[in-house]
Amino acid sequence: MRSEPVVQVQALVKRYGAKTAVNGLDLVARPGVTAVLGPNGAGKTTTVETCEGYRTPDSGTVRVLGLDPVRQSAELRPRIGVMLQSGGVYSGARAEEMLRHVAGLHAHPLDVDALIERLGLGSCGRTPYRRLSGGQQQRLALAMAVVGRPELVFLDEPTAGLDPQARRATWDLVRDLRADGVSVILTTHYMDEAEELADDVAVIDEGRVIAQGSPEELCRGGAENTLRFTGRPGLDVGSLLKALPADCTAAELTPGAYRVVAAKVDPQLLATVTSWCAQHGVMPDRISVERHTLEDVFLELTGKELRS
Amino acid sequence: MTATGLYTPRPGAAPLPRMIAAQAVLETKMLLRNGEQLLLTVVIPTLLLVLFSSVDIVDTGAGRAVDFLAPGVLALAVMSTAFTGQAIATGFERRYGVLKRLASSPLPRWGLMTAKTASVLVTEVLQVILLTVVALALGWSPHGNPLAVLLLLLLGTAAFSGLGLLMAGTLKAEATLAAANLVFLLLLVGGGVIVPLEKFPGAAQTVLGLLPLSALSDGLRDVLRHGAGVPWGDLGILAVWAVVGLAAAGRFFRWE
Repeated sequence: MRSEPVVQVQALVKRYGAKTAVNGLDLVARPGVTAVLGPNGAGKTTTVETCEGYRTPDSGTVRVLGLDPVRQSAELRPRIGVMLQSGGVYSGARAEEMLRHVAGLHAHPLDVDALIERLGLGSCGRTPYRRLSGGQQQRLALAMAVVGRPELVFLDEPTAGLDPQARRATWDLVRDLRADGVSVILTTHYMDEAEELADDVAVIDEGRVIAQGSPEELCRGGAENTLRFTGRPGLDVGSLLKALPADCTAAELTPGAYRVVAAKVDPQLLATVTSWCAQHGVMPDRISVERHTLEDVFLELTGKELRS
Repeated sequence: MTATGLYTPRPGAAPLPRMIAAQAVLETKMLLRNGEQLLLTVVIPTLLLVLFSSVDIVDTGAGRAVDFLAPGVLALAVMSTAFTGQAIATGFERRYGVLKRLASSPLPRWGLMTAKTASVLVTEVLQVILLTVVALALGWSPHGNPLAVLLLLLLGTAAFSGLGLLMAGTLKAEATLAAANLVFLLLLVGGGVIVPLEKFPGAAQTVLGLLPLSALSDGLRDVLRHGAGVPWGDLGILAVWAVVGLAAAGRFFRWE
């Protein structure tokens, strides 16, 4: 991809009092879908809100569609769509009324009726915002972000707390946006969401990007490279590692839960693990071979669970 | 997944006057749809006017009670919309991220504030019409120069808006709700609306006379009851409140 970046963040620092929310963050987002993945409190929202022009960086530079989000806000705002993590609607406004209003602030908005239909908001179009369910509120916020036909859409945790069906609907819309040439920056702490939707994933922790690449790159080619088994707790992982080929890693993730990561899990490797178990009198329950997930990547990079 | 072209980017802001007009219409709808707001801006002033004009509870001095009460209730109506109602509504809009979300829309912030002001003025026009009709039905006979009345209403609106927005933009929404209602109640008693300021002790009179509601009700009463010319003193007090309130609101208002 040679195209101009839609977002360029360089050495961004943002503090709130004594707390450093973003600590020298670099991020380049190309056209397409970019997921900013990280646990709560990693600095995702602060980063995105700086791109949206809500926060002024303490240091570093931010460019969105080539513009400074604070100084060139008037030029930028019509070109972006924003979905906040929550709220953003008058509590007494009806869903359809609010969407029509936001559409009316733009020169060439989408057809509001079609969008309402698309996101399944038809049944609650006349319902005041405060009486909508959490999922309906979120879909309305999503609709408000895209109705102005923006070039770039920011979605902050767009599916947090949604039921699977609403989640699918949101994912489908993001895919359609991408297909029509709209770029999307989304924050999420769901690794499956990042894997499903993103061309590019920026893994963020403690205010920095610690890894960036396509989900395949980050998960080492997406091959079946992870073998898991359970056995009695406290096995000698060092001894197992010695039995394995040099490029493998092995760890006891939680007591009794073991994981071996290799470039590729082949029959030979499986045999090596099971024979090692036999030698040590271990009955390996629940052996599974699976793809390395972003969750594993995150755990390796930070030593932390993603959903902490 | 195939491109439908439905979402192909075509960004652009609507023309500014259209955005501001749409925003003003929405703000006014929200206000008129809110039961608590209507209680404050319509029911209470109307009730006070009718009650105290027809039942002799408070001694309003020589002359018909309605001639004393109508100007005060008009002042109260201005305060209820520009100050109390606007502070509470804006406080909750801030709390629920409405101001934040609109700040990333094509509507500029000054456009939003213009729309809010327009919505306040529209509401006040409706209040003045209603209260005037009720007062006339109760036998009110207003005097004076309509331009002086308009000037007082506008400066009063500016003063109360500044104070209301200052409160909404700095305090928590619940604190704004409580404080705005408390101020409404205290000024209702001490702002020369129902109880003439002459009923208070001398020292208190001087202080109370400097409050924006007292200045507005006193100015309106001078003109509408006594047919006085332009009440410069009261206009001056309102102007000071307007400048201080709006400047402080502009300086300290936080959008989220």
